[in-house]
Amino acid sequence: MKTDELIGILATGARPVAPHRLEQRFGGAALLGLLGAGVLMLLGYGVRPDLAQALQLPMWWLKFSFAAALAGVAALALLRLARPGMRLGHALAWVLLPPLVLWMMALAALQGAAPGERAAMVLGSTWRSCPFNIALLSLPGFAALLWAMRQAAPTRLRLAGACAGLLAGALATLAYALHCPEMQAPFLAVWYVLGIALPTALGALIGPRVLRW
Amino acid sequence: MEIEERLRALLLQGLAGEARDYERFLAALSTHLRAFLRRRLGQWPDEVEDLVQETLLAVHNQRHTYRADMPVTAWAHAIARYKLVDWFRAHAVRGTRNVPLDGADELFSTQDQDAAQARRDLGLLLETLPDKQRLPIQHVKLEGLSVVETARLTGLSESAVKVGVHRGLKALAARIRGLA
Repeated sequence: MKTDELIGILATGARPVAPHRLEQRFGGAALLGLLGAGVLMLLGYGVRPDLAQALQLPMWWLKFSFAAALAGVAALALLRLARPGMRLGHALAWVLLPPLVLWMMALAALQGAAPGERAAMVLGSTWRSCPFNIALLSLPGFAALLWAMRQAAPTRLRLAGACAGLLAGALATLAYALHCPEMQAPFLAVWYVLGIALPTALGALIGPRVLRW
Repeated sequence: MEIEERLRALLLQGLAGEARDYERFLAALSTHLRAFLRRRLGQWPDEVEDLVQETLLAVHNQRHTYRADMPVTAWAHAIARYKLVDWFRAHAVRGTRNVPLDGADELFSTQDQDAAQARRDLGLLLETLPDKQRLPIQHVKLEGLSVVETARLTGLSESAVKVGVHRGLKALAARIRGLA
């Protein structure tokens, strides 16, 4: 086939393209991830019984803000990674900001605590299950976001996969915060971050294979 | 840059549904792609036109990833570069480190008008697609019928015709890469 023929084929009957199709797809996938994580959380773990009281505490809102901020910056980075030739700019630096703030707060809390209490602040009572729960809740969003990314044109597949996993993990954390009884910054700084790191690492691992186009 | 503005205007018209401008965009782009790829595939001249066509198909299939505030040249260069790197990787070509891949400006600094025949026949590949993709492409894209006419002719719904064209071209791109 001659190239001119191909160009004719591609251009003939070419339909208008909606300008925000990419944002809509990723928005839909993120919503699906959030809802999926919420449903899994309700079915598997349930809302913490003292949620009404917990919502009065700044610590709960710190947890929520951490997950929401991480989801926000991850979504911005994801949209950049979805478009060929789009500069990443400081998108990756922004992604590091929420965990850095959390780690600093955790260190401050540990410093202010008596040496004997520190281990308990880090381990809480659910450290064995927390990261795996978050990773499990992230699966619907992980699948939906990778699907959305497959409709786009990422050129850095490993990074795009990792970022999809990161956003899925952050969305899962938002849902998990409604269940999780832990209220100490050092706990969040270790186990929440680890829970989000699991889907992120999985995304980096499979990105080059599943996102190729 | 003059080329940037010309291509951008044509692409934006094309994305708005102006098929004539879109065709001019693809034609102009193809001459730059050919020059770009010919320089990088010096040892494999027979591959150039195949890769030009593959990149054009990718540009078309991924055209919704262009955003009006991005330089078209950077966008198209990133797609061409991705397809080239992928080709090198798939063919496990040694010494690719010596091939300069970067330089969006350079992609658009020269043109190569010799529209050639590709070795790979996309027409043959088209025939391997399932009917619900092949027929819409045949009627809409090759014969220039409207979606309504094609729907009447094939018995498919109008949305099935549109989806068939879209999926068919994506399937074609995937088949080229051996992904499907």
